[in-house]
Amino acid sequence: MSSTLDALGVLDAADGPGVPEPAARRRAGAARTVRFLLRRPGLVLSVLVLAAVALASFWPGLFTSRDPLTGVPSQAFRAPGAAHWFGTDELGRDLYARVVHGAALSLKATLIAVAVSFAAGGLIGLLAGFAGRWIDDVLMRCVDVLLSIPALFLSLALVTALGYGTVKVAVAVGVASVATFARVMRSEVLRVRQAVFVEAARSCGTRWYAVLGRHVLPNAIGPVLVLATLDFGTAVLAVSSLSFLGYGAAPPAPEWGTLISDGRNYLANAWWMTALPGLTIAATVLATNRIARALDGERGRR
Amino acid sequence: MRRYAALRLAQAAGVLWAAYTVSFLVLDLLPGDPVSAMAGQGADQAGIDPAQIARLKSQYGFDEPVPVQYAHHLGRALRGDLGDSVSAGRPVTSVIGEALPSTLQLVVAGLALAVLLGGGLALAATYTSRRWLRQLLLSLPPLGVSVPAFWAGLMLVEVFSFRARLLPAFGNGGPRGLILPAVTLAIPTGAVVAQVLAKSLLTTLDEPYVQTARAKGAGRPRIHLRHALRNASLPALTVVGVLVGQLMANSVVTETVFSRNGLGRVTAAAVTAQDIPLVQGVVVFGALVFVLVNLAVDLLCPLLDPRIAAAGGRRWSPA
Repeated sequence: MSSTLDALGVLDAADGPGVPEPAARRRAGAARTVRFLLRRPGLVLSVLVLAAVALASFWPGLFTSRDPLTGVPSQAFRAPGAAHWFGTDELGRDLYARVVHGAALSLKATLIAVAVSFAAGGLIGLLAGFAGRWIDDVLMRCVDVLLSIPALFLSLALVTALGYGTVKVAVAVGVASVATFARVMRSEVLRVRQAVFVEAARSCGTRWYAVLGRHVLPNAIGPVLVLATLDFGTAVLAVSSLSFLGYGAAPPAPEWGTLISDGRNYLANAWWMTALPGLTIAATVLATNRIARALDGERGRR
Repeated sequence: MRRYAALRLAQAAGVLWAAYTVSFLVLDLLPGDPVSAMAGQGADQAGIDPAQIARLKSQYGFDEPVPVQYAHHLGRALRGDLGDSVSAGRPVTSVIGEALPSTLQLVVAGLALAVLLGGGLALAATYTSRRWLRQLLLSLPPLGVSVPAFWAGLMLVEVFSFRARLLPAFGNGGPRGLILPAVTLAIPTGAVVAQVLAKSLLTTLDEPYVQTARAKGAGRPRIHLRHALRNASLPALTVVGVLVGQLMANSVVTETVFSRNGLGRVTAAAVTAQDIPLVQGVVVFGALVFVLVNLAVDLLCPLLDPRIAAAGGRRWSPA
C-alpha cells in the first residue's frame, strides 16, 4: 500500500536540503500529471464520462430540453436518429431525455449507498482496529457473518423489511457492502497503528482521540477511499438490479434499471429501449472502475 | 489435518447460526407484520374480522415478545423447520426444495462456464507473447464486471433468440434453454475469475522456481500448466466461495430475465409479497451454501498447498 501513500503525497513529506523550490516543484509536478494523463486516454475519457453523469444529474437541462414524462403518441417506437438520439418508447417519450433525467435518481441512490457503507463500515473498522482486544473480535465476527450472506440476498431481505423506493433500495444496497469497508478500514488502521510516528505521538502524551484523528485516520483513509470509488460502480449495478426487479422508484420515474425493465417488454421490436440505458450504466461503471484503478497506485507506481 | 477440519466445521456452524440471527433481526424490523399484509390481499382490510387476524397472528406466533419468538424459531430451525411460507401456505423448506433443482442446474452450469471461460482467458492472456493480444484479453474482464448482468442477458436474448433465432428466449426448455441463462450468469463471475487468476499467474511466473524450471529446460506449456497454474490457482479457488454466493444471488435477476422457474423467481416473488419466513429461508439457505462451499474450499486448499494445514490458522487472518 505504499503506492497509495505515495499517491497521496504522504511519502513526499521528507523535505531536505537540495530539494528544488516549491514553485519549480509544482511546475514539474503539473507537467508530470499532464504527461501521465496524456499516456492514458482511457482515464481521461472515464473522468469525462463521470463528469457528464454528475452534470446530468444536477442540471439535466444542459443535455436535453425535452420532458422525460410527457410523450407524443404519434412518435412511439421511433428508432434512434437525429430527432431522437436514443429513440422513443411505447408512449412516444424521448428515451435520451429519460436517461438524462434518470441519472439524478440513479446517482442519488448510488451516493446514498456508498455513503452508508463508507460511514458504517469505516466506523466499525476504525473502532475494531483501534480498540483491539474483545471489541475487535466481536465486531469482526459480525462482519464475517455479513460477508457470508450474498450481497443481493441481504439487500433483498432489507427491501422486504424497509419497503420500496429509491432511498430504501439505496440503504439496502449500502448495508450489503458495509462488511467490505469494515475489513479494509480495520486492516489499514492496524497497519498505521504500528507506525513509529503513532508510537511517538503516544509517548508524547497525546490523547487517544488526537492520535486517532490526526495520525491514524488521515494515513489509513486512502485505501478506503479507493474502495469507495470501486464500490460506487458496484452500487450502480446493485441499485439498477433492484430497480430492474421493480423495487426502486415508482413507474413514471425514469430510473436506469426501471428503463431497462420497461424496455424488456418491447425487446423484440424496439432494441434501443433496452440497449441504450444499459450501455449508459455500463459506461458509468466502467469509468468509475477505471478511475478507482488509477487511484489505487497506478499513479504512485509511475 | 483433522484438527484443521474440526476448527473449520465449528466456524461454519457459528457463521450459520449468526446468519440466521441477522436475518431474523433484519426482518423483525419490518413495520407491518405479514399477517396484516396477507389479510389485506384480495379483499379490503376493513372487511376482515379482527378476531381472525388475531387468530392468524397467534398461529404464526407474531403476538409473542421478540426474544420468545427468536428462541422458538431457532429451536425449530435447528430441527430443519424454517416455518411456513405465508404466501404459499406450505413449509419454507419444501418451497425452497422444489425450486432448488432448476436453480442448482443453472448455478452449476454458470460456475463451470465461468471457470472455463475466465480460467481460459487468464491462461491465454498470460501465455501469449503478443503484446496486443495480451492487452486485448486483459481488457475483457474489466468490461465483464461493469455490465449489468440482467442487461447482458436481455442483449443475448435479443441477438440469439430474436435476431438469429438460434436459442429459446424463455422458459425451462431443456438443455438448450439453459445456454443463454448460464452464459448470462457466467459473464460477471467469469470476469472475476479471470482477473484474480491472471493477476496471480503473472506474479507466480516471476517466482524463482519458475526460472529454475525454465533453466532446466522445461517447455513453456509445461511450466505454465504444471508449475505456475497449480500455485497460482489458490487465490482463484478462495474467491470461488464468494462467487457461488454471487451466482446464487444473480440467479434472482437471471431467472427473472429468462422467466425460468427456480429459487431466484421464488425469492423475487417472496420479496414482492413480503413473505418474511420465505425470504428468511432464502437468506439462511444462501449463507448455508456459502458456508458449505467455503468449507469445501478450505478442505481443498491444503491439498494444493500443504503449508496451509500445517499453519492451521484463520484463513481470514487480519491483513
